[in-house]
Amino acid sequence: MRKAPAPLRQITVWLNGNSIAVMEGAMASSAFLAAGIPCRISVDGEPRTALCGMGICFDCRATVDGVAHRRTCQTPCREGMRIETQR
Amino acid sequence: MTRHAEVLIIGAGPAGLAAATAAANAGARVTLLDDNVGPGGQIWRGGTPCAASPQNSARETALREFRGSKASLLTGRRVADAPEPHVLRAFVEETGIVESFTWDRLILATGARERFLPFPGWTLPGVFGAGGLQALVKGGYSVEGKRVVVAGTGPLLLAVAVHLQQYGAKVITVAEQASLRALLPFAVKLSSHPGKLVQGARYRAALRGVPYRTGCWPVSAEGIDRLTAVRLSDGKKSWTEACDLLACGFHLVPNTELASLLGCKLVDDFVAVGPTQQTSIESIYCVGEPTGIAGVDAALIQGRIAGLAATNKTEEAKTLFKKRDREQAFGKRLDRAFALRAELRSLAQPDTIVCRCEDVRYSQLHSQQSWTDAKLQTRCGMGPCQGRVCGPAVQTLFGWRNSSIRPPLFPIPLSALVPATTPASNEITQLQETV
Repeated sequence: MRKAPAPLRQITVWLNGNSIAVMEGAMASSAFLAAGIPCRISVDGEPRTALCGMGICFDCRATVDGVAHRRTCQTPCREGMRIETQR
Repeated sequence: MTRHAEVLIIGAGPAGLAAATAAANAGARVTLLDDNVGPGGQIWRGGTPCAASPQNSARETALREFRGSKASLLTGRRVADAPEPHVLRAFVEETGIVESFTWDRLILATGARERFLPFPGWTLPGVFGAGGLQALVKGGYSVEGKRVVVAGTGPLLLAVAVHLQQYGAKVITVAEQASLRALLPFAVKLSSHPGKLVQGARYRAALRGVPYRTGCWPVSAEGIDRLTAVRLSDGKKSWTEACDLLACGFHLVPNTELASLLGCKLVDDFVAVGPTQQTSIESIYCVGEPTGIAGVDAALIQGRIAGLAATNKTEEAKTLFKKRDREQAFGKRLDRAFALRAELRSLAQPDTIVCRCEDVRYSQLHSQQSWTDAKLQTRCGMGPCQGRVCGPAVQTLFGWRNSSIRPPLFPIPLSALVPATTPASNEITQLQETV
């Protein structure tokens, strides 16, 4: 099994208003997935998370620092970043 | 802001990197654009520091040679439209602005994406693309201790299973829809590509103890608000595998949207190219998966050929034709071996969502006559992905082809298109709604 090379800096992001620790450089999509929180709620009200991981499907889109429709699989986390489920 | 490149290349995967290196070493001013945060495309996607990828010598060599050339790389650029000949505009998500690029020669290396097919439960959290889950893990998602079923079709499944296992996932089974009978001729022919044979054998060895079931496919993903199990079938019986994650993709489809927008001719869904990778438009070349799904080795040679041809080094390019043709023949064998079985077209139930952006269900679609009909009547394919996911799905299910590609190729905020003095808006433009 592969171990991440230490030491890596942990940073704090705000996920739907709650602070969580993530590794610096991790994509915002991974914060949603680790927390088990959907990136967006679909037209019919279904919870959705990332599907394609490569910026094509837009199912991982969420609100990042107040900007809607950001593809979280292409958005690296930064200290203090606010990411929110898009409804 | 406008920049000029003698050779402009779209896509920094293996094909684009090889093209850029060859063209820059021939003395051209080369700019390479990519939507991702770093070079490598999908197959060579670099991990974030917290999920560093294993060393890959082909990748390291290509990146080193690229950095040794004078080509410049601009990442985070999503090409959105071509407002006039020899001009492309790209949206920079990071800054919210649109940049313009003028070019003398253009090389399209836009790669491929996974084909997704709808089945009950495929929209549940916990269901990912196969390459999709691999990319998300490289983006920092930890799968340590997770029970994963890998399903679908194509050589990618084994690579994904090995990768996930390296990151601590427990791979329960790999379900390959192609039958053993379809795969055997392909496996036998691999002996003429020793490198690929060795890699395949390494993957199998790494997955010791994990069943690789051929002629086996997912029929439903189960769970209430997240995945808890996958139902698999081998045509005779079906059974349930309890799992946390499903990594499921049905081989690859080419990203031909930009080539179509520019007016390049397509044949059988792929960009038509001549011996030097030139498209039906003289100043535009196309390399890698958009010309036929043939893998990284074909992409590297095609990229080099186009980089040379675009800088008038045709004689040198010609020396690579034979090797390229051999790799392309490998791609044809891939297509045959991993052809989709008919059963996959009847997995979707009436209430199964087909278009994930607009939540359009199978029952709304099966009475439509065409892709255009479906768009007008149901909004299928009219959400932010612009049919990139449901398009290949409905083509498989109903035989409809997406007949019109219009700008912008990706949704971009109105604020990026209006002068800076106007109050900013982050609304997604409705221009994406094309029929």
